[in-house]
Amino acid sequence: MSLEVIGISVLWLFLYGYVMVASIDFGAGFFHAYSTLVGKQHILTKIIQRYLSPVWEVTNVFLVFFFVGMVGFYPQTAYYYGTVLLVPVSLAIVLLAIRGSYYAFATYGKLKHNRYTYLYGLTGLLIPASLSIVFTISEGGFITEGNGNLALEYWTLFSSPLTWSIVVLSLSAVLYISAVFLTWYAKEAKDEQAAALMRKYALIWSGPTIITAFGILIEMKGHNLERYEQLLDYWWMFGISVLLFLGTVLLISERKYYGIAVLLLFGQFFFAFFGYGISHYPYLLYPFITVYNSFTNEATAISLIIAFIAGLCLLIPSLYLLFRLFILNKNYVQGKR
Amino acid sequence: MENESVFFSRVLTELTLSFHIIYATIGVGVPLMIMLAQWLGIIKQDSHYILLARRWARGFVITVAVGVVTGTAIGLQLSLLWPNFMQLAGNVISLPLFMETFAFFFEAIFLGIYLYTWDRFENQRKHLLLLVPVAIGASFSAVFITIVNAFMNAPQGFDIVNGELVNIQPLVAIFNPAMPTKVAHVLSTAFMTSAFILASIGAYRMLKGSNHVYHRKAVFLTMKVGLVFSIATAIIGDLSGKYLAEYQPEKLAAAEWHFETEEGASLILYGILDNGEVKYELEIPYMLSVLAHGTPLAEVTGLEEFPKDETPPLYIHYLFDIMVTIGMWMVLLSLLYVIGIARKCGFVRTRLFHWLIVLGGPLSMIAIEAGWWMAEVGRQPWILRGIMRTEEAATTNPNVDLMLLLFCILYLVLAIGSIIVLTRMFRENPVEREIEDRNSEKDGGFYVT
Repeated sequence: MSLEVIGISVLWLFLYGYVMVASIDFGAGFFHAYSTLVGKQHILTKIIQRYLSPVWEVTNVFLVFFFVGMVGFYPQTAYYYGTVLLVPVSLAIVLLAIRGSYYAFATYGKLKHNRYTYLYGLTGLLIPASLSIVFTISEGGFITEGNGNLALEYWTLFSSPLTWSIVVLSLSAVLYISAVFLTWYAKEAKDEQAAALMRKYALIWSGPTIITAFGILIEMKGHNLERYEQLLDYWWMFGISVLLFLGTVLLISERKYYGIAVLLLFGQFFFAFFGYGISHYPYLLYPFITVYNSFTNEATAISLIIAFIAGLCLLIPSLYLLFRLFILNKNYVQGKR
Repeated sequence: MENESVFFSRVLTELTLSFHIIYATIGVGVPLMIMLAQWLGIIKQDSHYILLARRWARGFVITVAVGVVTGTAIGLQLSLLWPNFMQLAGNVISLPLFMETFAFFFEAIFLGIYLYTWDRFENQRKHLLLLVPVAIGASFSAVFITIVNAFMNAPQGFDIVNGELVNIQPLVAIFNPAMPTKVAHVLSTAFMTSAFILASIGAYRMLKGSNHVYHRKAVFLTMKVGLVFSIATAIIGDLSGKYLAEYQPEKLAAAEWHFETEEGASLILYGILDNGEVKYELEIPYMLSVLAHGTPLAEVTGLEEFPKDETPPLYIHYLFDIMVTIGMWMVLLSLLYVIGIARKCGFVRTRLFHWLIVLGGPLSMIAIEAGWWMAEVGRQPWILRGIMRTEEAATTNPNVDLMLLLFCILYLVLAIGSIIVLTRMFRENPVEREIEDRNSEKDGGFYVT
């Protein structure tokens, strides 16, 4: 495998990691806000707080890691994406900032007011929407280049059905991922009431997730035929993804083996995410940049990979410790200590 | 339109960084102080220090949260506002940037563990062990990110052939000549400022009538640490002057209003510049030669040697003055305090002296800001000294002005939010009450008043 491909594979893996942990986080914030609104706060608050508190900071780092690595391995992306994404990404930064800091303010600073709960829940939905625009743009057709200037065609972007399908998919996927995970987490905590409620949400959001995923395939046919055919080349990856999805839904609706359901869920998105990524190859931004024409020099790439391996040697044991202590620790999850 | 984008990009970057460094400085310095307090608590078997560590940590979470989110902002803004710069320099400096995220990751994981295992480990030593990676991660993210900045001041580790960077050596780029003094200066000022900020909080509580021994211990500890690091800062500052004279003489000359190249140059403190004439200044003969080269008669390059469009704005002299004056003042103040306590002199227990300590924290933060402004404005007009001018690096996107407005509002909200939360957190739970609570919770054991 060439350095170019190693680079994007590693980054894609981290982006997948971010999408999963951030979805759980964003969705949890939304469910928390929603349950407050409909007066079921007492059921969900404890379980959500217990999961979120030790990991909220780590979630953010996955994102930072991805974009720093992207610019490091593919400096050209800084020019193209940096120039055109000023507005959507700035909005996402502002929302992330409000969300992150107000989480800390509320949890540690006891800033207890429903206003903040709603704010927190709402930002959790707006962030995936503003970030998913990057995926839409990467499909090509929204950027014009003329006399040395790049411009994002906002009207084309916002009037495209593809944009909205991707936004809707990101929202329903966030809620679905989060609900499945929290069903398992609540069950582990022996909190039957919370598990039952989350199970209901998981089943509700499974439908829109799979429907929009198929919808995008159809949009793509109209938007960019070449990309559509590339997607079809990897139909088997999406096929596995759908099977895993059905498995998760089945287990959840049968109220059995929630732990396995979560693993199937991670597998489902792993295949879908990588199938999408591979079909996009070699383009990072269609048709301007590919992993080859934007790649950094060899010396930098090798040093980045060495730093990456060294970093992982520190990270994996630390993440494992974090998981042992909080996510996989029965006593902690059940609130005993 | 393009010029406007350059201007607003500059303002927005300056705003984000100026806001971020307040929280970042605390984020780098405070973990060390928490670790120190925890360690003292263990070796002295004194629960006050353990409590100190906990209370500091509790406030620290709030500042970390703001530091993390504004840090994410500046990380993304580098590419959003300076895409041409990142496209070029990303080839060389992505290694330290990348390593910074690892340090940050490491810190984030262990901070989470530390905060949620308050009462899970009976053994305080285990708790201390968790703080070590937090402090190391915090310091190393400062080290790596400062390396990126040092590279912008002294780019090396590549050749330019037809406008393209070739023969890239990432390690040479990291170990550039600006790096040792910059990294050392950033770390020692962060430790110094955090110590003085914590000292001001303690002194303020004492002024407000709390005469608990806890506060006295806190102030004494932080002032001692502050003294050590303010002396270190002064020494490193001197080395930075020598670095500038050697590698960036135009920055030193502009900061010192040193117009003509001469031997035995004198250092100008204060004064104002009026139509090219320096007025009301305080001149210390031979001092600039000593600062620049270590001997009183050495020749110091003046601004006249540089083309007009390659010299930085002259107002950086005022920033230099602010930074150095505050630095010196803090050395003196903390020295007086430590001597005063050791010799049991009465003046350190007066209200006036306590007020001076209270002022010390904010003053140190002002010095941090002034120092960064001087360092950054002092390398104008370059974004990569000698290679890329700032105007060539900025985005061509026309919406920067709107984004500036958006971020102004964000920082205002974050500032107000964090101040309200921090003050409420400690006002509603003064240390006297916390000690009482802990004593009633635990029967005997480690906690005593």
